[in-house]
Amino acid sequence: MYKYDEFDAEFVNQRALQFGRQVESRLSGSLSEEQFRPLRLMNGLYLQLHAYMLRINVPYGCLNSVQMRKLAHIARVYDKDYGHLTTRQNMQFNWIKLADMPEILLELASVEMHGIQSSGNCIRNITADEYAGVAAEEIEDPRVYCELLRQWSSLHPEFSFLPRKFKISVTGSEKDRAAVKAHDIGLRLYRNENGEEGFEVFVGGGLGRTPFIGKSIRAFLPTRHVLSYCEAILRVYNQLGRRDNKYKARIKILVHEMGAEAFTELVEKEWAQISAGALEVPEAELERVRAFFVPPAYERLPEESPELEAQLGSDAAFATWARQQLAAHKQPGYAIVNISCSPVGKPPGDISSAQMDVVANLADTYNFGEMRVTHNQNLVFTDVRKSDLFALWQELVRVGLATSNHGLISDTICCPGLDYCALATARSIPVAEKLSQRFADQDKQKEIGEIYLNMSGCINACGHHHVGNIGIVGVDKKNSELYQLMLGGSAEEDASLGKILGPGFDEDGIVDAVENVIDTYLELRDESERFIDTYRRVGPDPFKERLYSAPA
Amino acid sequence: MATVKKNPVKFPDGDAGPMQQVVIANRLTDGVVVFLGRDRQWVTYLKDCPPAETPEEAETLLAMGVEAENNQEIVGPELIEVQDQNGTLAPIKMREAMRARGPSIRTDLGKQAGN
Repeated sequence: MYKYDEFDAEFVNQRALQFGRQVESRLSGSLSEEQFRPLRLMNGLYLQLHAYMLRINVPYGCLNSVQMRKLAHIARVYDKDYGHLTTRQNMQFNWIKLADMPEILLELASVEMHGIQSSGNCIRNITADEYAGVAAEEIEDPRVYCELLRQWSSLHPEFSFLPRKFKISVTGSEKDRAAVKAHDIGLRLYRNENGEEGFEVFVGGGLGRTPFIGKSIRAFLPTRHVLSYCEAILRVYNQLGRRDNKYKARIKILVHEMGAEAFTELVEKEWAQISAGALEVPEAELERVRAFFVPPAYERLPEESPELEAQLGSDAAFATWARQQLAAHKQPGYAIVNISCSPVGKPPGDISSAQMDVVANLADTYNFGEMRVTHNQNLVFTDVRKSDLFALWQELVRVGLATSNHGLISDTICCPGLDYCALATARSIPVAEKLSQRFADQDKQKEIGEIYLNMSGCINACGHHHVGNIGIVGVDKKNSELYQLMLGGSAEEDASLGKILGPGFDEDGIVDAVENVIDTYLELRDESERFIDTYRRVGPDPFKERLYSAPA
Repeated sequence: MATVKKNPVKFPDGDAGPMQQVVIANRLTDGVVVFLGRDRQWVTYLKDCPPAETPEEAETLLAMGVEAENNQEIVGPELIEVQDQNGTLAPIKMREAMRARGPSIRTDLGKQAGN
């Protein structure tokens, strides 16, 4: 994991002190809300429905146990004893007091954390594959480049006032767990036929009110050029992106209106000017950053653990969890563990301070003191010995973090919605909770198989509804909540946007509608087909016919 | 200069009953939702807040809200429409109802829980 150097630490500390003084000025009245708003947003502080909300960056989802304990402490002392994991791999607190902010930022700075650029029209937290560095099928570890991008984009003087916010995501695997095609810039790290490492560059993806899948504008970019090429893209966007209308200000609109080809031409032209300049990453710098991400001190273990095999055979509940929550690791004898923060009937992504403390302790005991936050609002332990899995599971059961729903229908992505968010037009969490209760039966979930159900409480799509295999968006219709259903989205390497199936439903109706769609799928699917495969094979009509012909 | 958001509330015509509005805002220091009560005091529960019965009263309330914002007491004062629901005053719009109560999925939090 990256560790702050003297410069980083000093900068974050100074920034915390600076914002502390700005808060004092606001409280004493020498700054008006209008003057203060951009300053608080630059530090991740929003004003939501019930209170201030603080968004804290978790750089590309990587978190250590000391940081997690600090987040637990902040939740306990300054908030209402819980936090919320977000779809940008960050942590949010919903009940922050402005007057506490100076202290909170110093607390965060003491563990190398902050909220800088977690809001505003700048380059936001870089996101990445949560299995970075450990997935068995990974080509290269994307974290090195995430860190380079993080340093380059932090307080970049040219890109601090972009037309609109800007999101970058990086993956190093064939299997895309980072939704790279749904980002302003998506980078797919791979090796070409000559064995050279480089990126395929996607631009102009994004969700919100005008969703687009990112366009591939460069098939292969040598890794040493990653900063200069992103700089060229940002320069073109910064100059030509619309500033007259915030709803048309994202890069996706520019790329769409201009056409990917014309946009690429401008980027290449700009890049030709700067590619051999100061932004070309020297091998020595790459090595320096790589050193932060060397694998932990793994033991040499056999691939299979007889102990684990015996435990799987003797404890059915453990076996169910293990079958669902584990992923294959590069290192023999180790496993990747997905820790679900979407238990049945609870808000997806919420985690109590007590749970945070337990997770931090477990990370120290079983996972080299580190963990990851996923864009699906869960946690991952990346390096657990197979022989430790049973003990880890027992501890997770005790604190309600052993739900077995990874990649299943109850593991929804869900935005805070109208329960918290000032932009929302409908509640989203109650629907996610009801859906997880409707499909709580483990056998039923397993029968349905891999499926992504994403849910947002307004068209801004923080819950990624367009790229859910099943997507739900809540809107306000004459002061009532109406939920629209869309099918066919995917955020993975086969990215696609879902399409609205028909008229919307009320809160209970949407739960029935999803069950209806699932029943149709179970009848129509060929063996081994996932939901998305069946949908792509048969199209929306069978789903539509069955759903809307049902007696009212 | 404070930014004032006004909900486009339509006042009922004729004898449709008394129109009622209150001023809602967030308290500056902690963001807690507050309502403009008697004697320019900001109260945390809608039940403690006498609503304006006429458009003129509402405008007066809002002017007080703007003044309070300029005095750095609160943020984002706006008029919202409320009505009597089974003897309790409640906002008509769901968004404001949420602010007046707290999150529907955590009834242990917010005003509904007295914290």
